[in-house]
Amino acid sequence: MVAAAAALAPRVVGGAALEVDRVSHAFDIDGQLLPVLNNVSFTVAPGEFVALLGPSGCGKSTLLRLVAGLEPPRAGSLSEDGVPITRPYPSRVVVFQDPTLFPWRTVWQNVALGLQAQGILKRERARVDAALDLVGLAKFRNAYPHQLSGGMAQRVALARALVNDPRILVLDEPLGKLDSLTRIAMQTEILSLWQRSGFTSLLVTHDVEEAVFLATRIIVFSDRPATIKAEIEVDRPYPRHRGDPALAELRHRILGLLGADATW
Amino acid sequence: MSTFSASESGLGTSRRPLSLRAAARRSDEGRLARRVAAGLAAGATWAAFGASCLWWDDLGDWSRTQALAIGAFVVAAAVVIAAAAWPPGRGGDQITRRLPWLTLLGAVLAVWELATAKFGWAPLPFFPPPQAILEVYTDDMPKLAASVLASVKLQLGGYAIGAAAGFLTGVAIGCSRAVGYWVHPVLRFIGPLPATAWLPIAFFVFPSSLSASTFLIALATGFPVTVLTWSGVASVSPAYHDVARTLGASRWFLITRVAIPGALPHVFVGLFMGLGASFAVLVVAEMIGVKAGLGWYLQWAQGWAAYANMYAALIVMSLLCSGAITLLFKTRDRLLVWQKGVVRW
Ligand SMILES: Nc1ncnc2c1ncn2[C@@H]1O[C@H](COP(=O)(O)OP(=O)(O)OP(=O)(O)O)[C@@H](O)[C@H]1O
Ligand SMILES: [Mg+2]
Repeated sequence: MVAAAAALAPRVVGGAALEVDRVSHAFDIDGQLLPVLNNVSFTVAPGEFVALLGPSGCGKSTLLRLVAGLEPPRAGSLSEDGVPITRPYPSRVVVFQDPTLFPWRTVWQNVALGLQAQGILKRERARVDAALDLVGLAKFRNAYPHQLSGGMAQRVALARALVNDPRILVLDEPLGKLDSLTRIAMQTEILSLWQRSGFTSLLVTHDVEEAVFLATRIIVFSDRPATIKAEIEVDRPYPRHRGDPALAELRHRILGLLGADATW
Repeated sequence: MSTFSASESGLGTSRRPLSLRAAARRSDEGRLARRVAAGLAAGATWAAFGASCLWWDDLGDWSRTQALAIGAFVVAAAVVIAAAAWPPGRGGDQITRRLPWLTLLGAVLAVWELATAKFGWAPLPFFPPPQAILEVYTDDMPKLAASVLASVKLQLGGYAIGAAAGFLTGVAIGCSRAVGYWVHPVLRFIGPLPATAWLPIAFFVFPSSLSASTFLIALATGFPVTVLTWSGVASVSPAYHDVARTLGASRWFLITRVAIPGALPHVFVGLFMGLGASFAVLVVAEMIGVKAGLGWYLQWAQGWAAYANMYAALIVMSLLCSGAITLLFKTRDRLLVWQKGVVRW
């Protein structure tokens, strides 16, 4: 597994800086304006690992779509390394909440999608194999998505993103459908990949423990329309231990911010 | 080495335990016995058909009664031998599956033979006996073959043009707002018109009746293919476009690698509907316009009250149409292996 990770990221591309500047967004639902993001500003330094937490439906996925460049914000601006984000670009790769594997493509072809779209698949075929090894699905390279379990599909989606050497990796609850053991293994895997190749990570998750274990900084959003409720540095060195009392204390604080401290 | 290998190494096959294999062999024997019994039943009805040809005298003057009887006996023998001697397996199961139908077919042919050639229960010129139809195939072959060739050529040309044009139009409407704006109203206005309504104009405008007929068949094919290709492109979830765009896909890539593959299941429904519509136009165009092909043969046969020729042509036509649809479905099954639960033709 370590060897596979090394093959996948042979060169350290390094992360890009991300700036979100006074971004507001709203959706038009039958003429009614639904505000989703309200004046959200934050910056992510190159190579940082930022986790976004917030109640369901507050606008986290929407923010990630704006970061990806799939939609322009109604107000405010976003930029990558100082360059305004106006359209999708493969330096910012998204792992969506649903795996959205292409049903007419085999697992291998799904992972190869980005390289093919950029016209470099012929040279870089080995990277696809390495990415499949990394997520442990080399045996299923010729399977079609309908032959995979939910967790396997999500791992393919992760491999499809990682194969592109992103400078900013945008993860929208990528481990949400995995069983807890695989989840823990993948968390470690993402962490080691991030440390090795130094990309900037933006992770949306519902799992406070996951955020605390992975991120260098955690941004907590309010209910819709999302505003930033708190920004919390996770000032603990890697490798972290899940039993670390400092992390447990942090987790307690964040759950409180999310209004769930009574159940803890 | 992978963390996940332990949970997902279950792809290999394991050998069946001995007791299971013995049970499988027993059930193989049972299946063979049932197949032989069914084969004997099928052989019996076909032999009865053959015997019915020879036992009584023909009411009319048909030259192929004996040949028909011999053919029936040959089929009977072949069925029994195949059912008894074919090794078990996929081929054997296929035979078993067809035997009940063969049995029924032999019985129907025997009754038909008796009702027409022997006792005249069915009014004669309109219901020719099997040997009269056989006679058409043996004695009128050149004309029939020429007609088949003409029909196939016309159909293939028109269908290919219509399918290609419909597919391209559908993709263009689905992928470009501007094309949609201009083409959609035209499609709505002209599309639902039955292609045969254009017949008088087409034969007047086009230089030859062949090109006019080709145009009509293409038109009948093109409309459903266009609409379904378009709806197929529209039905592709925007999530796939989002994924491809974030991975650096160009517009061309989005059309050829996302929109078109995603639309293919719909496209095949359109091709299927277009095939049905074009058959109808083909026959009418041949009857009224080109004066060649199976449609024309049908009309010619009717003019001479040659009902046996009509039935003979109908049978050939049905085999051709069914064959075309089979071909289409086989192509689809190959292209859409990734879909589960597709209908088998
Ligand atoms: N394309 C859209 N059109 C209209 N409304 C939308 C659209 N996408 C999202 N919304 C609305 O925006 C709000 C935020 O959605 P979003 O998907 O960003 O939430 P989320 O924070 O990711 O929630 P979850 O944690 O459950 O995934 C929701 O109320 C949703 O109804
Ligand atoms: Mg979401």
